[in-house]
Amino acid sequence: MNDVNDKLKIKSPSAGSPPGDGKGPASAQLENAGLSLEEQQLFCDAAPVPYEPYSPEFLERFHNWIRANSMWVLAFGTGCGAIELNPLMTSRFDANRFGIQMRPTPRQASVLIVAGYSSIKTLKRIIRSYEQMQGPKFVIGLGICTINGGMYWDSYNTIKRLDRYLPVDLYITGCMPRPEALLAGFMELKRKIKAGECDGANRYVKDFEWYKANQKKVIKKWDMPDYNW
Amino acid sequence: MGHAGLQLVSDMYMQELCERLIQRFDCDQVVHQKADLSLLRVDKDKLESTLFYLKTHEGFVHLSFVTVIDYIEDDIFRLSYMLHNYDSKSDLAVQAEISRTASTMHSIHHLWAQAWTYQRELKEMYGIDFPGSPRVNDEFCLEGWDGPPPMLRDFDTAKFCEERFVDREGRESQDIKQTMRENLYPERGES
Repeated sequence: MNDVNDKLKIKSPSAGSPPGDGKGPASAQLENAGLSLEEQQLFCDAAPVPYEPYSPEFLERFHNWIRANSMWVLAFGTGCGAIELNPLMTSRFDANRFGIQMRPTPRQASVLIVAGYSSIKTLKRIIRSYEQMQGPKFVIGLGICTINGGMYWDSYNTIKRLDRYLPVDLYITGCMPRPEALLAGFMELKRKIKAGECDGANRYVKDFEWYKANQKKVIKKWDMPDYNW
Repeated sequence: MGHAGLQLVSDMYMQELCERLIQRFDCDQVVHQKADLSLLRVDKDKLESTLFYLKTHEGFVHLSFVTVIDYIEDDIFRLSYMLHNYDSKSDLAVQAEISRTASTMHSIHHLWAQAWTYQRELKEMYGIDFPGSPRVNDEFCLEGWDGPPPMLRDFDTAKFCEERFVDREGRESQDIKQTMRENLYPERGES
């Protein structure tokens, strides 16, 4: 059995993706070429800025402890995996006891769960929602589809790897993972946040151009601002 | 044949109906699937009048769905229009064949308003044109699609994916039977 597990082991999210050369935020001003001139006036054209940790360090650690204990999840069921979130939140598994709760708007959420496959059409909405969330923010890739495409490996309209389009902090594999696996994943995310290892939002800012290029490669109808804030 | 208790239609009803239609519209072939379900094949130019007749004279007032099958070997699309009769509780599929290369079909949105949604879908997924159908050229469920109609059988999805999406390094396909035998049940020999 161990051999099988070794064979099936998933590489860490950072493997083989963003350049990570730390060029920093791209240009100060975004083109927003997908919008009409009229709409360009309405949307922000500033590139995202990285998050500066608190100093001294114990303050940042204190904040991380707070973040880890109030993980507010955006209630956005992006795929079939969202069905596992219902038992997670209700009385049997009751994720609320860990400080996990659903929020109806990205402005109030700090965790985005991409639950299962995401089609191109959904990816567009996922990106909009993610960018509208306030930092520090974390992304959980739920299910095998976010890792390597899963059973949708040859679907013409479904992305294969989520980490090319959004910075993923944690993967929970399975098809579908049970609520127990989800809870374990949340505990792992909690540990990582406390240890200060979840720098997804900053990675997104640093490799902003790379992520945007990938996103625009698959989303052909780009009729939204380059950075949705 | 069917559910004995629930059967409201006799075999005779469907046969008589089909015979009437064959006489009137020169249909090719009839398949009696069940007592309350028959398939009928008409010429594509007579389809509209057949459906009109069924709706106005025979009580098939409900259009359940419109669908198409891609027979790439014969170079045809076979369109199916499934009708339902509430009085006799029976279904009738009227089929018409069109050329796969010049795929244009008469629109029936004036008979059933919901038909234009199906026609819009067929336009996007199979590239079948329905001149005159409302919003037939609008996007249906794909956004900014720039490839060939994706449900065509000669559309190579795996190749398309390879070009557009990126695989994770290290992903490999295994023969499931072989892998399970080697890793999980090594004690079992060849069967």
